[in-house]
Amino acid sequence: MREAIRDAMAEEMRRDESVFLMGEEVAEYEGAYKVSQGLLQEFGPERVVDTPITEAGFAGVGVGAAMMGLRPIVEFMTWNFAMQAIDQIVNSAAKTRYMSGGRLGLPVVFRGPNGAASQVAAQHSQDYGAWYAHVPGLKVVAPFDAADAKGLLTAAIRDPDPVVFLEHELLYGDTGQVPDGEHVAELGRARVVRPGRDVTLVSWSRGVSAVLAAAETLAGQDIEAEVIDLRTLRPLDRATVLGSVQRTHRIVCVEEGWPSCGIGAEVIATVSAEAFDALDAPPRRVSGAEVPMPYAAHLEALALPDVETVVRVAREVCYVDV
Amino acid sequence: MAASKRVEEGARELSPLASLAARSAASYEPMPNGHEQVDLGLPPGELLDIHRRMLLLRRLEERIGQLYAMGEIGGFCHLYIGQEAVAVGMERATRSDDPVITAYRCHAHMVVRGVAPELVIGELLGKAEGVSGGKGGSMHMFDPARNFYGGHGIVGAQVPLGTGIAFALKYRKTDRVCVTYFGDGAISQGQVAEAFNMAALWKLPIVYVVENNQYGMGTAVDRASAVSALHKRGESFGIPGQEVDGMDPVAVERAGLTALKHARSGRGPVLLEMKTYRYRGHSMSDPALYRTREEVQKVRDERDPISRVAELLVSAGVVDADQLKAVDREIRATVMEAVAAAQAMPDADPAELMTDIYSGGS
Ligand SMILES: Cc1ncc(C[n+]2csc(CCOP(=O)(O)OP(=O)(O)O)c2C)c(N)n1
Ligand SMILES: [Mg+2]
Repeated sequence: MREAIRDAMAEEMRRDESVFLMGEEVAEYEGAYKVSQGLLQEFGPERVVDTPITEAGFAGVGVGAAMMGLRPIVEFMTWNFAMQAIDQIVNSAAKTRYMSGGRLGLPVVFRGPNGAASQVAAQHSQDYGAWYAHVPGLKVVAPFDAADAKGLLTAAIRDPDPVVFLEHELLYGDTGQVPDGEHVAELGRARVVRPGRDVTLVSWSRGVSAVLAAAETLAGQDIEAEVIDLRTLRPLDRATVLGSVQRTHRIVCVEEGWPSCGIGAEVIATVSAEAFDALDAPPRRVSGAEVPMPYAAHLEALALPDVETVVRVAREVCYVDV
Repeated sequence: MAASKRVEEGARELSPLASLAARSAASYEPMPNGHEQVDLGLPPGELLDIHRRMLLLRRLEERIGQLYAMGEIGGFCHLYIGQEAVAVGMERATRSDDPVITAYRCHAHMVVRGVAPELVIGELLGKAEGVSGGKGGSMHMFDPARNFYGGHGIVGAQVPLGTGIAFALKYRKTDRVCVTYFGDGAISQGQVAEAFNMAALWKLPIVYVVENNQYGMGTAVDRASAVSALHKRGESFGIPGQEVDGMDPVAVERAGLTALKHARSGRGPVLLEMKTYRYRGHSMSDPALYRTREEVQKVRDERDPISRVAELLVSAGVVDADQLKAVDREIRATVMEAVAAAQAMPDADPAELMTDIYSGGS
C-alpha cells in the first residue's frame, strides 16, 4: 500500500512539474511511515519539502501555493495533527471557490494516515472521515486496497478541488495488485467488492477488511452478504448503496469512528429516506465505542468494531437467531 | 536587551550555587571530560542527591525500553535517557506546589515530581492501578495532586495549557509559578508564539523550558528553526531568554532558581533553553538514521550528566567508585521492585472502557 501511494505521487510529479510534496519528515526521513521513499532523491528538496512542526502554517502555505496554480500534496504525519490546521482546510481550502464566485479554485491534496493505530491512545487514534465529509467544497477519499490507493490518489492530485485523502496506518503494510502503467480511479464511486443477496454490508478504508471477513463467516452460515466499499466519503455514492439495498433489503454500516453524526448515520439516513419500502429490517450500525481511545490493548480492542460484532448484527437484521 | 539583563541581575543577586554552574551557565560550552576542578559548588550531600535522582530516571527508562522490546508495552514510547539533568535540576529549583506540564516524553518528569515508579510502569502495562488507570499510556499521565498536569501528545499544545495554568495562578493571586516544558521542534508551533505573547502581555508567572535535544524526531534543529538560538524566540515579546547547559544539573538548577524568582516576583515569563541530547531514538520505533553513532557516543563520553556528577563526586573524595556502584545496585533493585509491583497489578477492568468520559463517571 505505501508503495502504491508513493508511486501515485512520483508518477504525478513526473507528469506535472507543478505537483510537489510538503510535510513533516517527508524528505530526508522519507516519511514517518516511510511513504515517501525515494522521492527526495528523485525530485530534490525544492519539490519534496521538509517543514517544521507547524501544521496550521504549512497547510496554509499549501493552500496559498494552490492559489498560484501549484498542485501541493500536503502530508500530515497523521490526521490527528491536522486538527491544528483544520481552519485552513475548512475555511480556506474548502470555501474559496464558492466565496470567489468560482474565480479561484484550489487543487490541493491533504493526505496522511487516519484512524486508530496500535495502542497510541486518545490523541493519536481518531477517525476524521465524518469531520471532513461534513464540509461542502471538500472531496474526501478513504481507500482500502493498494490499487485504489494509487488510482484514487492519482485522481485526487489531478482534481481541480481540494481533496482530503485518508490513509490508514494499519493498511500501509498490506499488499495487493496494482494495474500496470497509468491508473486513475474515479472519485465519488463506491464499489461492490463482494456480491450477495441477503444483506448489504457497507464500509470503507480498514473497515472493509473486517466486513469481508464477516461476509466469509456469514457465507458459512448460509447468509450471502453483499460488501460495498464506499472509497469516497464525499461525494457519497448513494446510488450504489441504494441499488444494493433494493436487492438485499437489509443494511449494516461498519465504521471505525464514533457513531454520532457519523458516516453510517448519513448512509442510513439516505437508505431510510430513499429506500424505506425496500427495507425488511431496521438499518444498523457497528462502530467505534463513543470514548476517547484507551491505551491498554484489551480496552482498545473493545473500543473498535470487530468481525464478531459485524457477524452478530448481520444475523440480527436477517432475523436468523429469533 | 533590557529584559535579559534583568535576569542576569537576578542571577547575581541569588547566586546560590557557585562554581560548577558558573562554568556553563550563560554561554553554552560542554564541560571537558576531565576533573581538574574539584570545587563542587554545592554541598556534597546535595550533589549525591542529584546523582541519585538522575540515576533513578536513567535506570527506570532503560528498564521501560526493555519492557517495550519484550512487547509488554505498546504504542508510542519516548524515553528521556540523556536529558535527566533537566528534569532533576528544574525539579530541585521548583517548589512542590509549582505546577508542571510537558509533552509525551513525560515519565521522568512524573517521577521527579514524586510519583511512584510502579504507578508509571503500571500505566505502561495497561494496569488498573496505573497512574491513568491504563487509559492514557506512555504519553498521557497526570497527577494533579502533585501538581503535574500531563503528559500531552500534540506537539506544542501543552504550551498554551501551561500558560492557562499560569493565568489561574495569577488570577488566584498565588505566588506559584508554572513550569512548562516543550521541545526544540515544538517551539515552531504557532500556538507557542501565541502563548508567549499572552504570557508577556499579562505578565503571567511562567517559566518556559525548551528542552533542546537537537532533534525534533528526525529533523535537526537548524533544519526546522530559522534561528537556532531558541532562547531568543521570546525576544520580540520581551521575554528574557537564557541558554543553559542542560547536561549540567547544577547549571540547570541555578538557571531555574533565577528564572523562577523572576516569574514569582510578578515580572512575567522567562524562557530557558536547555541544551541537551537524547541518546535513544525519538520513540521506540525510530532507528535514528539521521545522525551518526559517533555523534551519540561523543555526547555520552563527554557530556553525560550522570557521569559528570559521578566524576566530580569521586574526584572530590566524597565517595569512591565502589560506593557509586552500590548506589547503582540499590537503584536497579528499586526499579526491579517497581516493575514487579506493576506486573502484579490487575489489568484495567473492561467495564472501565465507558467510564471517565464525563464527571458523573461515564
Ligand atoms: C501537532 C503534532 N504534529 C506532529 C506530531 C508528531 N510528532 C511527535 S513528537 C514530534 C517531534 C517533536 O520534537 P521536539 O519538540 O523537539 O520534542 P522531542 O521529541 O525532541 O522531545 C513530532 C513531529 C505530533 N505529535 N503533534
Ligand atoms: Mg527535540
